[in-house]
Amino acid sequence: MEKDKNVKLRIENISLSFGGVNALIDVSMEIRDNEILAIIGPNGAGKTALLNCINGFYKPQKGEIYYKGQKITRMRPDKLAKLGIARAFQNIELYAGLTTQDNIMAARHVLMRQNFVAGALYLGWALKEEIAHRQIAEEIIDFLEIAPIRKTHVGVLPYGMQKRVELGRALALEPNLLLLDEPMAGMNLEEKEDIARFILDIYEGQGATYSNTPILRDGIRSIVLVEHDMGVVMDIADRIIVLDFGRKIAEGTPAEIKSNPKVISAYLGEEE
Amino acid sequence: MALYSGTFHENYAQDMAVFPTKLHWGLLIIFLILLFTCPLFFSDRILTILTMIGITIISVHGLNILVGYCGQISMGHAGFMAVGGYTSAILYAKLSFPFWAALPCGALAAGIAGLFFGLPSLKIKGFYLIMATIAAHFIIIWAIIQLYGLTGGADGLSVPRPRIGAIMLGTKTNYFYLVMVLACLATLIAHNIVRTRAGRAFIAIRDNDLAAEVMGISLWSYKLQAFFIGCVFAGVAGALLVHYISFASTDQFPFMDSVWYLGMLIVGGMGSTGGAIFGVVALKLLDELVTVIGPILSAAVAPQAAASVAIMSHGLIIIIFLIFEPRGLYHRWEMIKNYFRLWPFSHQE
Repeated sequence: MEKDKNVKLRIENISLSFGGVNALIDVSMEIRDNEILAIIGPNGAGKTALLNCINGFYKPQKGEIYYKGQKITRMRPDKLAKLGIARAFQNIELYAGLTTQDNIMAARHVLMRQNFVAGALYLGWALKEEIAHRQIAEEIIDFLEIAPIRKTHVGVLPYGMQKRVELGRALALEPNLLLLDEPMAGMNLEEKEDIARFILDIYEGQGATYSNTPILRDGIRSIVLVEHDMGVVMDIADRIIVLDFGRKIAEGTPAEIKSNPKVISAYLGEEE
Repeated sequence: MALYSGTFHENYAQDMAVFPTKLHWGLLIIFLILLFTCPLFFSDRILTILTMIGITIISVHGLNILVGYCGQISMGHAGFMAVGGYTSAILYAKLSFPFWAALPCGALAAGIAGLFFGLPSLKIKGFYLIMATIAAHFIIIWAIIQLYGLTGGADGLSVPRPRIGAIMLGTKTNYFYLVMVLACLATLIAHNIVRTRAGRAFIAIRDNDLAAEVMGISLWSYKLQAFFIGCVFAGVAGALLVHYISFASTDQFPFMDSVWYLGMLIVGGMGSTGGAIFGVVALKLLDELVTVIGPILSAAVAPQAAASVAIMSHGLIIIIFLIFEPRGLYHRWEMIKNYFRLWPFSHQE
């Protein structure tokens, strides 16, 4: 099928329940190349549960997930990271004991080759590898404008900065698919605008500005955004999927979603 | 962290260097010269203390990687030292391996024991892992006592004085050199491990194991690697201890040692290579202080007082550090260094 060609991730009829609570019911969707896909829905609709399924945290009881045609439904999260799926969390999940720079370096893990023996000796190629990856980490730091906090332990950083470091850490994995779980939650307008600009810049790629860093140069062509701020979602998403009580109730362009009666009733309730 | 006045890092290698300036290198060389000329100035008694400190530093470096960096709390460290010590002793005394081969074999055996007893860490953490590693200690000691033919059981095993080629290592001075060279190497290796890829993975697992997994770090692989590395250090220390005393016995590896090693990490500062060294030196010096004031106490208070002073002072110091300086001596030392880095022109209060 022609349409299948640009599908990066396909979710087929997944259902997930915890005891008697149905978190996801028969959800199907696809994430395509060259799009920013927004997943919206009221609290408890199953947005984060869906990301957790893609990530390998939750194993759905029914249904399958395919990434680039490969079945990934029951894979371990670390294997998925190696395949190129990266995620920034809703609640900040940084390594509090490391500096900004080392948090980003820690995400280079999957792209580095040295083992602890080479690291222990720290000679020749291990040192070269460290420097090569440090260079990329520095470019990401430069791109996200967090150079002043490079050597600060992330535990003491303000919330907005921690969110930005999380974005940097996800970028450092050089993913093909980036999952952002409420990257703007709890931010003021200015911070939201910053993050929205970063997301668009990551999506589009920076070309010659960061010519030595593939991830910044070419961009990430599939981004999934879970977000509550409708203004942001309507502005930057190419396509929107709406979840409510674990079911997918709508899918379409921002304009279609805006006028969809099901969506309006999910958010505002039924009219008497 | 502030840079020293007048130093500028022009490339990443400089920025990542452990000894960033010539001054640091100078201080390191002076320290090493002082360390290796100790036998010229000090009596055998002080050399013995320094040798024991060196051996303990090697062991605590291992525990630091396991507990301080990877967050897998182990209370069986003395047990893993016993594996290393006994393996090396048996290979050297009974199978006449050369000393330079017996010691690494002991380390490797301890590492493999660590891998085995580290398996529970894949499923359990925190308090339950502590219980599992305590069990590991007692299983190891029980196995050593049961394997009478091999280990001499409760009677112990006497080991001939070690030698490498024509060099006798039996003398206090030569053994001091051996231990100090190995302790310096262990420090270097431990620090390099924790500042490179594996070390960052360990810290990631300690600080947030779920995020670490999503970021591509294989939890089971790196937890087991931490156990392996930590126990290899313990094995080297155990072997050095056994060969130093020329006798292997389970009494040399009491369970309380595992506890005090953790205490040393608390006092020195978990999760820093310097902290391991500071902690060992601090608690070992406290021991020596106790041997000085012990007799005075037993004369003044009661004959039994001296025996309990050691254990009480250890406990007290650990509690004091947990309350007043939970990040340990090394953190305090870094703060003092940072203060003087800008002194007297500091603009910070």
